Amino acid sequence: MSGFDKRVYSYEEAMDGIESGMTLVAGGFGLCGIPENLIAEVKRRGVKDLTVISNNCGVDGFGLGLLLEEKQIKRFYASYVGENALFEQQMLNDEIEVILTPQGTLAEKMRAGGAGIPAFYTATGYGTPIGEGKEVREFNGRHYILEEAFHADFAIIKGWKADRYGNVVYRDTAQNFNPLAATCGKVTVVEVEEIVEPGELRPDQIHTPGIYVDRIIQGTFEKRIEKRTVREG
Amino acid sequence: MALTREQMAQRVAQELKDGFYVNLGIGIPTLVANYVPDGIDVMLQSENGLLGMGRFPTEDEVDPDMINAGKQTVTARPGAAIFDSAESFAMIRGGHVDLTVLGAFEVDQEGNIASWMVPGKLIKGMGGAMDLVAGAENIICTMTHASKHGESKLLEKCTLPLTGAGCINRVLTDLAYLEIENGAFILKERAPGVSVEEIVEKTAGKLIVPDHVPEMTFD
Repeated sequence: MSGFDKRVYSYEEAMDGIESGMTLVAGGFGLCGIPENLIAEVKRRGVKDLTVISNNCGVDGFGLGLLLEEKQIKRFYASYVGENALFEQQMLNDEIEVILTPQGTLAEKMRAGGAGIPAFYTATGYGTPIGEGKEVREFNGRHYILEEAFHADFAIIKGWKADRYGNVVYRDTAQNFNPLAATCGKVTVVEVEEIVEPGELRPDQIHTPGIYVDRIIQGTFEKRIEKRTVREG
Repeated sequence: MALTREQMAQRVAQELKDGFYVNLGIGIPTLVANYVPDGIDVMLQSENGLLGMGRFPTEDEVDPDMINAGKQTVTARPGAAIFDSAESFAMIRGGHVDLTVLGAFEVDQEGNIASWMVPGKLIKGMGGAMDLVAGAENIICTMTHASKHGESKLLEKCTLPLTGAGCINRVLTDLAYLEIENGAFILKERAPGVSVEEIVEKTAGKLIVPDHVPEMTFD
């Protein structure tokens, strides 16, 4: 790797430097737009005691659910964890610490972390168990709680197309948390379906500018569907 | 007769106005999309990052990159926009969504809502519900008026952990349409054939009953 060429050619190289005890932020909503091969590489490496930040924890046997099999996750920040039997079991046995975080707050904590904002006030969660123990301030007659930004050692991201400079575009609702997670990692690794020549992506259509990205890898994806719902055609 | 789920959705749909941006929660709120009145165009917001949610796809149109907030495959309608999760919740938290419809376990006379956890049962998470109730000015809460055992869900004070404090001002149950104002439920309409007495009996919170309580009408 040199200069602005951020391409790597193996998943081993893509996740080089990840260690036990680190914090990992992952893009994706449900199974949509998840960095499925980067997750599989984290599983393969067997690193433990991870703190993971992601909206959901995959399903049994796929996505972040893979990291539950060998109990690699110590702490998990998510807004919803209901699709995963192994997760439930580890939660009930206190083998995994779950910090439920409202979905919009989760997104904003990533954004703030990447944007150099240490904390922000939000009305979300005031007067609920989520607000307990958090600083409260009143603005214009409404109560807000203080939420702190996320910082991760690694951000793992799924994009659609990228160039070697690390400029990334996402496809449809596979965007979700990815551009936000991409900003708050010390090392941001993006896997995409296609690496294109510089200039093919219009500069004004880039979702994640290359400045946030350290490594780019092209992969192939299963893209499993969680709830296939169709109408008669 | 208590309203069916479809009738509840139909009654909520009467509150839609042309040009509304609307977020519909899971369950009865989702059904509201089936009853948008003729001549009215609304844009559905799905909090995973889609404004302008369309119909479910045909088998040929299924795309794993296109899902709604319930994680179901979906399509985008003409005029749709897709964006990241921070943008999605900026429009929710910032009060840009015209109407939010969501379900609840309990609502109380102060406008508090409990909809995400029952202590002792497995806690799965709040998803976007706390952001939605904190951000929206115009929320309709849909729920059954009482539990299967006849216990009221319209309370003086919620017993379950809250999703949001003081944020609900309209409730549609299977028995009645009510507003919440100054620490009380106000009975606005009753389901066809349901007596005021039954609603009074099944409302544990403070209830104000006007002299005339009209029956809901359906087309």
